[in-house]
Amino acid sequence: MREAARLTSVREFRQAGISVRLAVGGVLLGGLVLLTSLISLSLGPVEIPAGHVAAVVLSFVGMDVAEVGRTEHLVIEQIRLPRILVGAFVGMALAVAGATMQGLFRNPMADPGIIGVSAGGALGAVIAIATGLTGLFFLALPSFAFVGAVAATLLVYGIAAVGGHFSMATLLLAGVAVNAFLGAVISAIIILLPDNEALREVLFWLAGGLDSRSWEHVHISAPLIVGAAIVILVRARDLNLLMLGDDEARALGVRVGVTRVALLAAAALATGAAVAVSGTIAFVGLVTPHILRLVLGPDHRVLIPLSALAGAVFVIVADTFARTIIQPAEFRVGVLTAFVGAPFFVLLLIRNKRQAYAL
Amino acid sequence: MQTERSASIRADELGFRVEAKALLERVRLHADQGQLVGLIGPNGAGKSTLLRAIAGVLRPQEGAVWLEGEELNSMPARDVAARMALVPQIAPYTHGFTARELVLMGRYPHLGRFEIEGAADEAIAREAMELTETEEFAERTLDTLSGGERQRVFVSRALAQQPRVLLLDEPTANLDVLHKLRVLDLVRQLVDEGLTAVAAIHDLGMAARYCDRLVLLSEGRVLADGTPEEVLAPVIIEAAFGVRSAVYPDPVTGSLVVSLIAPADEDRSRVPATGANGRNGHESRHHLSAEARAATPREARI
Repeated sequence: MREAARLTSVREFRQAGISVRLAVGGVLLGGLVLLTSLISLSLGPVEIPAGHVAAVVLSFVGMDVAEVGRTEHLVIEQIRLPRILVGAFVGMALAVAGATMQGLFRNPMADPGIIGVSAGGALGAVIAIATGLTGLFFLALPSFAFVGAVAATLLVYGIAAVGGHFSMATLLLAGVAVNAFLGAVISAIIILLPDNEALREVLFWLAGGLDSRSWEHVHISAPLIVGAAIVILVRARDLNLLMLGDDEARALGVRVGVTRVALLAAAALATGAAVAVSGTIAFVGLVTPHILRLVLGPDHRVLIPLSALAGAVFVIVADTFARTIIQPAEFRVGVLTAFVGAPFFVLLLIRNKRQAYAL
Repeated sequence: MQTERSASIRADELGFRVEAKALLERVRLHADQGQLVGLIGPNGAGKSTLLRAIAGVLRPQEGAVWLEGEELNSMPARDVAARMALVPQIAPYTHGFTARELVLMGRYPHLGRFEIEGAADEAIAREAMELTETEEFAERTLDTLSGGERQRVFVSRALAQQPRVLLLDEPTANLDVLHKLRVLDLVRQLVDEGLTAVAAIHDLGMAARYCDRLVLLSEGRVLADGTPEEVLAPVIIEAAFGVRSAVYPDPVTGSLVVSLIAPADEDRSRVPATGANGRNGHESRHHLSAEARAATPREARI
């Protein structure tokens, strides 16, 4: 009975207008972003009471409500807050890019790394570590990763566009090929790495993590990610039509070529920026839009902005667990997202299958 | 009758080839305002290709399409979509959109970039769904509908687009007899109210009954263009489809009936030649050939 009531309410929500779904979802998920961030700020080796967290956060916006110890202030301002922000932007980037790729490829199994972005970023990072450049300057790792991500994407796109006949099927296959090739190159580098320290660093990076992320990481990734998300959001309605097919989209007034390139580029840039500051964090880009689609429907005007918020929540929560469950050591957030995300996803698929039979 | 120059939609000498194969060759087609033009022809004749070229979905290498006097290529895609709608032949996979959401997509070309469809758009969509009797499954996702139901939803979307020119690619292919009549009646009614429509229709009898003019395509060329009576001559049907036929008015509806007798290459002795139809078909072959030749000067085989 209660199951049935819940189901009706979900269905009613699904049928509500775009603005209703956006407003309700936005308030709920936005609240969740704030709540998880505040909880995450208070947890860690130094436990900070919620009241102090609130006081410090309010002091950032010029409201001094209470005196808080200097250590607590520093821990929040210099350690936890930038880390949470990087996590939030990374989650946002991956979820938005995932939703976009799934729409463009007309396939719910598409993932942000589908056109080689993540593998390219990984190779760039591995090269930076293997050559010892990471020790020389701070931004070596993110900049190499970002350049690798962009280069791999351009390569895959170039293969698909060769001879002037662009096709999404070729793009997908070129992505598979380039992903496999880059994976092999990374493996080769790992095998040939002479010292264990570098090996450990590479493996750590590949598992994806947000440890010791600073404000610099926020500053280099956030503008790219927010910019890309805006580009995608502006074309969310066109993405609805592209999902039905090129002919359909054209007949309803979409400039298919331009729109598709803009969406691909924005999704790749967002993913590249995320990979550059966090390594490869698995499953966020696949699972988040998928779950939201079940509740909100496929309209990208709702799906894209709410995926951004939900992706942020996902990574903030996962990272909070990653850095607290085996204190003082740290778990890798990328491992955790896959560890939790994959079984949850399978559960969802099974449940939904049963529902589909029942309906 | 309006002249060809003032036609609502006009395709001029369209040529489209893929590698060496010509899918369209110097194709001319026009539809005046308030006309329903039927596109007929055998499989692979180029009907869908022609409709897609007229819709601006496919860009032909030669020729031009004129929409209400403006060249299609010079118009912004959204302006074209606000004036002309296409009902696709095969309803694409729709990824969880409900019927209502799909119909509302017909309003997209009329909205500003950041505008969300409002109450007026909802009302237009609802009305379009009532016309095709699809409102009962408005909230169902398209993958749960039958082929025919889905096809009617796509017709609704084209209506919600409020086009002045409507292109339909086999709009009745998946429909049962009742809905076949309902959809074509609906299109006919809208055309009588001023819409211009070009429809690829497989069923020659249906095409004859509903269309003002028929354009017969064969191997990417226009084989005949004229009233149903002019185009549906047994000799022309045989040239295009390779089938011998008899054509006569239906005693009940009065519209033309095309009785298909046998493939033209079959031994004639096996054909029931005793009936009036068979003889009729044979006679008209000689009787109409001169007229057919006049109607299709480029076609040398007749």
